[in-house]
Amino acid sequence: MVKSNPEFLIERKDNIYEVVIGLEVHAQVTSNSKLFSSSSTKFGAEPNTQVSLVDAAFPGMLPVINEFCVKQAIKTGIGLRAEINKRSVFDRKNYFYADLPQGYQISQFKYPIVGEGTVVLDMPDGQKEVGIERLHLEQDAGKSIHDMDPQNTLVDLNRSGVALMEIVSKPDLRTPDEVSAYIKKLRSIMRYLGTCDGNMQEGSLRADVNVSVRLKDSKELGTRCEIKNVNSIKFMQMAINYEANRQVDLIEEGKSIDQETRLFDTKKNETRSMRSKEDAHDYRYFPDPDLLPLEVTDEFVEKLKADIPELPDDKKKRFIDEFKVSAYEATILVSDIETAKYFEEVVAKMGKNRDMKLAVNWITGELFAVLNNKNLEISQSPISAKNLAKLINLIKNGTISGKIAKTIFELMMDGDKDPQIIVEEKGLKQQSDPKALEALIDKIIDDNREKAIEYKNGKEKLFGFFVGQAMKVSGGKANPQLINEILKKKL
Amino acid sequence: MSNITSQSLTSLVKNIKDKKLSSEEITKSFVDRSEKSKELNSYITEDFSNAIEKAKKFDQSPNLDLKLPGIPMAVKDLFCTKNLRTTAGSKILENFIPTYESTVTQNIWNEGAILLGKLNCDEFAMGSSNETSFYGNVQNPIDKDLVPGGSSGGSASAVSGQLTPITIGTDTGGSIRQPASFTGTVGLKPTYGSCSRYGIVAFASSLDQAGPMAQNVEDCALLQEVISTYDTKDSTSTEYKRNHYSKELNKDIKGKKIGIPKEYRVDGMPKEIEELWQKGIQYAKDCGAEIIDISLPHTSYALPTYYIVAPAEASSNLARYDGVKYGFRAKGENLIDMYEKTRSEGFGAEVQRRIMIGTYVLSSGYYDAYYLKAQKVRKLIKNDFDEAYKKVDAILTPSTPSSAFKIGEKKDDPVSMYLNDIFTVPVNLAGLPAMSIPAGHDANGYPLGLQIIGKAFDEQGILNISYAMEDKINFKNKITDWWIK
Repeated sequence: MVKSNPEFLIERKDNIYEVVIGLEVHAQVTSNSKLFSSSSTKFGAEPNTQVSLVDAAFPGMLPVINEFCVKQAIKTGIGLRAEINKRSVFDRKNYFYADLPQGYQISQFKYPIVGEGTVVLDMPDGQKEVGIERLHLEQDAGKSIHDMDPQNTLVDLNRSGVALMEIVSKPDLRTPDEVSAYIKKLRSIMRYLGTCDGNMQEGSLRADVNVSVRLKDSKELGTRCEIKNVNSIKFMQMAINYEANRQVDLIEEGKSIDQETRLFDTKKNETRSMRSKEDAHDYRYFPDPDLLPLEVTDEFVEKLKADIPELPDDKKKRFIDEFKVSAYEATILVSDIETAKYFEEVVAKMGKNRDMKLAVNWITGELFAVLNNKNLEISQSPISAKNLAKLINLIKNGTISGKIAKTIFELMMDGDKDPQIIVEEKGLKQQSDPKALEALIDKIIDDNREKAIEYKNGKEKLFGFFVGQAMKVSGGKANPQLINEILKKKL
Repeated sequence: MSNITSQSLTSLVKNIKDKKLSSEEITKSFVDRSEKSKELNSYITEDFSNAIEKAKKFDQSPNLDLKLPGIPMAVKDLFCTKNLRTTAGSKILENFIPTYESTVTQNIWNEGAILLGKLNCDEFAMGSSNETSFYGNVQNPIDKDLVPGGSSGGSASAVSGQLTPITIGTDTGGSIRQPASFTGTVGLKPTYGSCSRYGIVAFASSLDQAGPMAQNVEDCALLQEVISTYDTKDSTSTEYKRNHYSKELNKDIKGKKIGIPKEYRVDGMPKEIEELWQKGIQYAKDCGAEIIDISLPHTSYALPTYYIVAPAEASSNLARYDGVKYGFRAKGENLIDMYEKTRSEGFGAEVQRRIMIGTYVLSSGYYDAYYLKAQKVRKLIKNDFDEAYKKVDAILTPSTPSSAFKIGEKKDDPVSMYLNDIFTVPVNLAGLPAMSIPAGHDANGYPLGLQIIGKAFDEQGILNISYAMEDKINFKNKITDWWIK
């Protein structure tokens, strides 16, 4: 694991190095059909069952742009606070590979659909802005399967032609923690927008990581290496850590760094050279003559803008202003759109006498723990927002104690039971009748005469014993505050 | 009705509608003549028995409201035809049977026509003599061992030799007009975007366009009317109001302004071509047109521009023929070895040459000097035409710088072969419509064609001019049926 190192500086004898990181994220566009064909994009289907003649590049087949994917890319651009280019051009990136049926990938090279933008990261020591260089649309390739047949490589074209957004950051990232925060923030924005599900296990989100190092306080960028196709945040962090140290070691040995493409071996935790700059493909990019330049009107973009939901940064600001939660709490609540929705529903159902502190604590504490344990998304929560709000209100109005609430919470998970009904059925209502409690305490003092005398003689520790007895006798239902008051008076 | 095969399409359609001929009679006549004409090698794939079956079926319940009722027709083997082998003249697609139909051919079948078979062409439409076809040379019905032109050589040969009443070709740099000129037939290259490219094996996507080839202008107009449709499956298809070209055909071209571009008077152009052009100008005048001298200053750059743009696109378009998914595959030690052997054995020399040129001009370090420069020049060439069309309605030029040459004459001299396209390529670069109509003969009695170039989407305009001039020219093809024993 990467040690926590908020600055992530690499120290050698006399030198301190800084790491410069830029990411090219490939995000699969959420869309029922592919970028240039009507085939389904559903994950996990039988091999080669979601392949049209266009996807398999049959003679005479032509690409036709899927307008929905264009809208998704523009929406993402808006979410990245980026410039939307009214005119963009699809180019062909030419290379041969068995899972690339056309012999070229349709991508956008010179004129991407989205230009410069910004992503704001919430780091422990404050906010950090990361520049977005561009976002462009492109086709995914198929999949080569090398380990299914001893003689042959098999090809599955289901993924061939699926729409990807390549989101290129500026070299603004400095630490593995920032990389993690950046990926999470991108994913959060795209999930809010519904433009990418961000599912890294299914390959909906993967990244090429560009790493270079330089002496701290230097202004010039070092020679970078690109680590291809890393598909988890953890692996990205490990790869960066290894690669940065490798580069520093080379410099310290007086050697130079070759600009090259590298692969990360997750088993050995190291990066390996894949191809040098000299061996780099000449992709022979040129505008795809089968497609006209993509032109969108201001009106088209404005219409999409009007459909953009409140995004994490705005939502966070509103949560702080409106609900008086801390910046830290707000960050957690908005990181996932479903969590934010859940929280807002709890708040709404709590009604007038709402208690934000309790709401935040119960969601980020008990509820998150349960979800984590059961490996569930908050949208699959066994306890509805409505019932959690009821539970919180029961605590707030003194009907139950916090301790009893935890017991009730456990019981609620069985079929999202109403906490009010549990309280009534199990008789868990807090005893707050002073007269009844006085009688109960009188009896306890009576039964424990000797201890009461010891207490009066100065053994104050025994106060806890009496509280415990009172809770025990009441079955945990006695109002702890009243017990304290009455005991003090009577003893 | 003895001489069915010498009838024009229009006449055959009329005879069917008047119930003087059945589809079966017509189809059988063309099949018979095609069977006797194997020496021309016009066909790559015949579908004769199916055609006769379809004709019989048509006759059982003939729909006479269609535009091509029961008319048999062979098409260039660049159009994908469902369940019938489509080779593009290449070994690499020798066994390729599409499961789909091109939009253009579908339009034809929708109007009642019947497929006779697939016609020979240069491999992937790359050639000007039909000599690059994997399936052998095609004879020009005009004379033995004369090329029919290319790349739609089989199509031109089949129309000229009356093996099909009409056909379609494709034209990327002259592949309809040049063979039409060489065989004494009429060919129309429509405006880019007029006919869908869906289902046509691609050569150079920004230049390729399907078009009709016929014995006369009227037939050409009728077929253009059928094949030109807006198609959402082709992103470069243009939505505009298409004329009923055959109905709106009109010989009255009085007052039409016809431009004569001085740059087409190229060095070394044979005297008979110059004379033909002068005769053409006179015919146009006789029809009442006004002749205006114009300039298309970038004409001399058209050929080099074309031979950068077209191979560049082709090098990418042909990357899909890699032995992985369909078509010919050679055995290899590994993936790269398989690619190399498949493409070396599957593609002929001319195709390989153009892939090499195209790969070169797109390579980093050369892209700006070649491809990008060519795109800029292409724009200038288009601008030349735009300027000219401020003054004229159409432009008249010779179709080719010479008449048909002998098989083998230019085979080993690609540059001389490329020069054949000198009058036709500027039109493709500018995306304009143009026709070739037969207008005379050279000293050998070989046909010569005139080219009428129109404004974008003004197919009607050039069809009308051609229609009027055709009348004055009164061309007769000298065909002796020498190949029929």
